[in-house]
Amino acid sequence: MAEASSVPKDNPRGPTRSLRSLLLSTEVDTRLLGLIAALGVIWIGFNIMSDGLFLTPRNLWNLSVQSASVAIMATGMVLIIVSRNIDLSVGSVLTFTAMTMAMLQTEWLPNLLGIAVNEPYTWIIALAMGLLLGAAIGGLQGFIIAYMGVPSFIVTLGGLLIWAGLAFQEASGRTISPLDSTFQLLGGGPIGSIGELASWAVGILACVGIVYTLIASRRRRRRYGFPVRPMGAEVTVLVLGCAAVLGAVWVANSYPWPEALALQYGKGPNTPVGIANPVLIAIVVAMVMTIIATRRRFGRYVFAIGGNPEAAELGGINTRRTIMLTFVIMSTLAAASGAVLSARLNAGVVGLGTQSELYVIAAAVIGGTSFAGGIGTIPGAVLGAVVMQSLQSGMVLMRVDSPIQDIVVGIVLVAAVGADAAIRRRSR
Amino acid sequence: MLINRKLAALVGVAAIVLTACSSTAPGTTPSAAAGGGGATATGCKVGVSWNNYTEERWAKRDEPAIKAALEAAGAVYLSNDAKSSAATQATNIDQLISQGAKVLIVLAQDGTAIKPAVATAAAAGIPVIAYDRLIEDPKVLYLTFDNKLVGNMQAAAIFKVVPKGNYVIIKGNKADANADFLRSGMEEVIGAAVKSGDIKIVGESYTDDWKPANAQKNMEQFLTLANNKVDAVLSQNDGMAGGVIAALKAQGLAGKVPVSGQDGDLAALNNVALGNQTVDVWKDARELGKAAGLAAVELCKGTTVDKVTGAAPFTSPGGAALSSIFLKPIPITKDNLKVVLDAAWITKEQLCQGVDAAKAPADCK
Repeated sequence: MAEASSVPKDNPRGPTRSLRSLLLSTEVDTRLLGLIAALGVIWIGFNIMSDGLFLTPRNLWNLSVQSASVAIMATGMVLIIVSRNIDLSVGSVLTFTAMTMAMLQTEWLPNLLGIAVNEPYTWIIALAMGLLLGAAIGGLQGFIIAYMGVPSFIVTLGGLLIWAGLAFQEASGRTISPLDSTFQLLGGGPIGSIGELASWAVGILACVGIVYTLIASRRRRRRYGFPVRPMGAEVTVLVLGCAAVLGAVWVANSYPWPEALALQYGKGPNTPVGIANPVLIAIVVAMVMTIIATRRRFGRYVFAIGGNPEAAELGGINTRRTIMLTFVIMSTLAAASGAVLSARLNAGVVGLGTQSELYVIAAAVIGGTSFAGGIGTIPGAVLGAVVMQSLQSGMVLMRVDSPIQDIVVGIVLVAAVGADAAIRRRSR
Repeated sequence: MLINRKLAALVGVAAIVLTACSSTAPGTTPSAAAGGGGATATGCKVGVSWNNYTEERWAKRDEPAIKAALEAAGAVYLSNDAKSSAATQATNIDQLISQGAKVLIVLAQDGTAIKPAVATAAAAGIPVIAYDRLIEDPKVLYLTFDNKLVGNMQAAAIFKVVPKGNYVIIKGNKADANADFLRSGMEEVIGAAVKSGDIKIVGESYTDDWKPANAQKNMEQFLTLANNKVDAVLSQNDGMAGGVIAALKAQGLAGKVPVSGQDGDLAALNNVALGNQTVDVWKDARELGKAAGLAAVELCKGTTVDKVTGAAPFTSPGGAALSSIFLKPIPITKDNLKVVLDAAWITKEQLCQGVDAAKAPADCK
């Protein structure tokens, strides 16, 4: 607190701006904390009701993989919703790109280019082309929205129909399976996980990252004369952050290879599985997206446009280009998610992404993204995805059938946004 | 005959033009002139109303079979697509009647919503074949595969291998009556064993939209719940069976736990050859199409609905007494893969992809 008042007098914009950013940052924090608390309640509740089955390493590991594909897309949806748009096409883009990647690796590359399935580069070519296709779709939709002025709701509603139809057409509705054996590793499973040592390495790297971020942000704040957090707060953030990361790694490493599978692959008993590839992908995506959203000019622009589109445009922001780019990012992430989901299922199927747009939007919104624009965080959306998947997975463990699951998820969605709105009203 | 056909085509075109000009008065049609009369089906127009033609199956399997059966008898094929809209389908049926259809084959989008349109057709003396999906009208001929029998066959094949133990049941979409038909067929087989305690159902759930990815998630949870002590899985279709197998594979259990399915998906038949799936109940859509074509030809000749070859009385779940033809599906296991090969449903290369020569079923050798 003492440091907060040590703002140099020669920077007249300092006090007001720092005060606002301080307010903003605390607001984000409380919201995230609320979400984490809610998740804790859900987890403990399910653990009690499932006789201790929910909080086992196995279930948590499964939960992490099951949440990954929605989490990957939800990070992109935050930017879309923050800039006052919507993307209803993500489920269909996911299906279309996944189907294309499946066709590429099993039929097109082998038949047209002579690159057979299971050859070393097959999977990476298929993946790269799938991501490019995603980017192109996003570019097209984004162009129509940003430059031709057609509302995003309409463009992506059309996309929802078009890409699903194309996904059907390109394989005439067949199920494409099995996929390339390397490509399958993108989907997780004990075989598609990074193992014990690499998992610890990732955990320690993340810790170093947290330390670096804290130091860098402290330095930056000093340089521009912003107030810095008291040392005690920094240490608390550091310790809690590292504990969470290393705890997660510990859980992933506590899940051993299933006996039968370990035998098949000649692994010793109790070989730790470690972090699954889809989860690693989701974490990397979330980190990159957080940097883009909070540390890059592009991200600032997106939030500025969402806060006040007219002011942003008058302020010299190229709003059209920015909006188009958000759609490029979104569809690329949908393609990444399609790769993960099809690899996990070991099949390209027509209904792969059906309705996932709803879950992705719900995850972003539960994570605190506001439809009014300008408000939303990437970590919140990831947590939102985990909350929803926790509800579904937990209810299956309690043998609650799907109609009731839908009802509960629906209620939680509305309740989460309602509670959020109520808290914000009170804090004003 | 040729002249007759040309005339029929002309009349057809005139009818289309007429309907295009005046959307009203669909009852007044020149259909009688086109029929050719007598006990022959030559030139008889058969109108097919698809609910959603973009589904691969209808275009690739059913339609060619219907067409072939009709053309062999000299009848004429007309069709339109309701694009998954019950309202469009009602209009479509009127349109087919205006185009001079003497017999209608209807793949209903909604078996209830379509009833008024079907009643109009019946009033005009046009027999209606309810294709694959029930229309609860006493005047229709209901033609389908026996769905309850599918569930029965799925359970029977699994029960034969696993008469005792822990079962998981992966059902289809909750809003689809077929999921419950299938489940009741399964109950006929395993019901007694469940009561006696030989079979314990450790997990049972519906699957939103029959989605394989949802089936995979549910299966993962059931495996966690039962600590992997699952002895058999009754999955209601092939797509979901694929999801189940993916979940089993992650636990090293694929090929060790019997799994059922239906539809004859190529990937699933490959799984049967690989030993990952025990049974795939196969409904040859071409048989259904052929049966519909043949029935339509008989109806063209003036046979009444209840006198069509193979027709039997059937009481619908809604209580309507109608005539029906139920075709028998075929359970495909590793022992009779020849059936799908002989039908040219799948190539040997597709069927036997990745099969280990040492453990290969006879038909893959």
